[in-house]
Amino acid sequence: MRAPEGIGPAEGRAAAAARRRRLLDRAWTHGWLVLGVLVFALPIWITLVGSTHDAATIGRGEVPLLPGHHAIGNYATAWAEGGGRFRTTAAAVMLWNSALMALLIAAGKIAISLLSAYAVAFFSFPGRMAFFWMIFLTLMLPVEVRIIPTFQVMVDLALINTMAGLVVPLVASATATLLFRQFFLTIPDEYVEAAKMDGAGPLRFFRDVVVPLSVTNIAALFVILFIYGWNQYLWPLLVVNDSSLETIVVGLSKMIGTGDAQNEWNTIMATAVLAMLPPVAVVVLMQRWFVRGLTETEK
Amino acid sequence: MATLELAGVRKSFGAVPVLHGIDLAVADGEMVVIVGASGCGKSTLLRIVAGLETPTGGRVLIDGRDVTPLEPADRDIAMVFQNYALYPHMSVFDNMAYGLKIRRVPRAEIRRRVQETAELLGISALLDRRPRQLSGGQRQRVAMGRAIVREPRLFLFDEPLSNLDAKLRVQMRAEIRRLQRRLGVTSLFVTHDQTEAMTLGDRLVVMHQGRAAQIATPMEVWARPADTYVAGFIGSPAMNFLEARLAAEGRAAALAAGPVLRFADGARPGPEGRRLVLGVRPEHVRAAAAGEDGIPLAVDLAEPLGSETVLHGRLPGGEAFTARLPGAGAPQAGTVLPLLLPAEALHVFDAETGRRLDPLPA
Ligand SMILES: Nc1ncnc2c1ncn2[C@@H]1O[C@H](COP(=O)(O)OP(=O)(O)O)[C@@H](O)[C@H]1O
Ligand SMILES: [Mg+2]
Repeated sequence: MRAPEGIGPAEGRAAAAARRRRLLDRAWTHGWLVLGVLVFALPIWITLVGSTHDAATIGRGEVPLLPGHHAIGNYATAWAEGGGRFRTTAAAVMLWNSALMALLIAAGKIAISLLSAYAVAFFSFPGRMAFFWMIFLTLMLPVEVRIIPTFQVMVDLALINTMAGLVVPLVASATATLLFRQFFLTIPDEYVEAAKMDGAGPLRFFRDVVVPLSVTNIAALFVILFIYGWNQYLWPLLVVNDSSLETIVVGLSKMIGTGDAQNEWNTIMATAVLAMLPPVAVVVLMQRWFVRGLTETEK
Repeated sequence: MATLELAGVRKSFGAVPVLHGIDLAVADGEMVVIVGASGCGKSTLLRIVAGLETPTGGRVLIDGRDVTPLEPADRDIAMVFQNYALYPHMSVFDNMAYGLKIRRVPRAEIRRRVQETAELLGISALLDRRPRQLSGGQRQRVAMGRAIVREPRLFLFDEPLSNLDAKLRVQMRAEIRRLQRRLGVTSLFVTHDQTEAMTLGDRLVVMHQGRAAQIATPMEVWARPADTYVAGFIGSPAMNFLEARLAAEGRAAALAAGPVLRFADGARPGPEGRRLVLGVRPEHVRAAAAGEDGIPLAVDLAEPLGSETVLHGRLPGGEAFTARLPGAGAPQAGTVLPLLLPAEALHVFDAETGRRLDPLPA
């Protein structure tokens, strides 16, 4: 047996230098990444910490970086009475309104876009492409652009200050329709034909095959659409002025008063933290579905 | 159990004609194989029978009843697709049971029928699995099971074996044949593979550019091909074709290369010098013995297959020619081998139409 050749002291030094360089590289990239995380996390941390102090601390202009002792009191007040000096609507009510609105928007968008994508992708009827392009064109007309006529329609239908008025104008979704259509086009024709020969009608096929195959897409879209609904500001601001229907995003901004009086930043921040929780929960819960959808391909 | 009849079935996609009038009568319990090159309209024909495609003209009759206007579901037909079309989110059991569920068959009977069928196909252990957990051969069986469990009047198969590897294909081919015999269900089977066609079919429909070039038993198609297309399509290696002219008052053909070959079975019609195409299958060619007067084949490729050797080469006229000779000791590339074309092995076709020329009655 002979000692392996070629690993002299010189080569050893070179290898060590290379290792050092790699380490340095990695420290450099990680440093930047951690910095990025901090930049994003800092405002949330400040909010979180701010919600645990008394109103006076923040009122003095301090920005505490360590938690205080008033967490329970602040959250209880925000939850049951409302935040800020006005205490207009309890966070519990606003959270419920927001959750219901976001849920209805997400579910409605998914239901409607599933059906319209199904029609456009699987059926040939006169004007199919015209309908498709009409749906496509509405992409260019977001809520803000059509807000005045939409408001007029809601007034005519007496839907101002109702949950329906809040949800219905936001339900149609060209984006989701397009996404589902693209997915449906990847479903092999043979599935349709096999179902036809088995005697499954269009709705049966939709229920038994198309929807189950779309489950992971539906889950992914649900997350995106729920957060879209949750974050709605302009439309709820306009269509609701009954405080019992207030959504938390709008309510939060209304809490911040202008003028001379002190803002109760502690309860406002507590409300802000509460407002963040449901979207975070949806993302965390649905993440499992994403991963499942990505790792175990059904086709 | 049913008979199937196609009467003048035509189909055009837009202005493009794909089927030019197919007539076919399939007897009860018969297995008819539709074979032809890719793109000749086999699938289209099958889909018209299934009701997935509407014919431009003609009628489809099942048990003598015109089903042309009926929906696929109302024809009582089951189809096995090339990619199997198993629903990925359903278990094997649910895939097989789906058609019965829709037909509101009682649950206990569905269970019984699926289990019986699974047993028949040897897939009882797989009923709880998803299609993606199955091998290609197992998926194929499930696809068959889904068709069988419905107990339809007619089976349609669209190239169901083409996604399997060669060994499995041979095995499944035999199995499909056995099952079809045993169940006695009238079947149409589409394939582009002539071996599959020959071994599976009671009768073949050889399709060529949207027409049925020949409808006959496999042996008939092989022994008496109706035209040069069928002759070249069925048989492997493919039949050799040689240009020739009618000679000796229709009793012989004069090859372009010189030799005159006499027909064994009588005179062909037509004037002296009528242009012909002579067909000879590679396996019917013999090597000329010493003293016999053969046509020299300049061998440029020899493929030894063990029990036989396939020789590729050229005749003196420059025509490509293939011979299949028994034994492994055949000549190497570069040699010249005198060949005999036995008179009883000659197929005579008209050069203009490509149609077979049968001997005149004596
Ligand atoms: N839906 C369709 N629209 C237009 N042309 C089609 C359609 N289906 C088939 N064809 C054409 O018809 C011809 C026959 O197709 P097909 O029946 O699938 O052939 P095969 O199954 O023998 O390979 C092909 O040329 C194909 O391009
Ligand atoms: Mg085909």
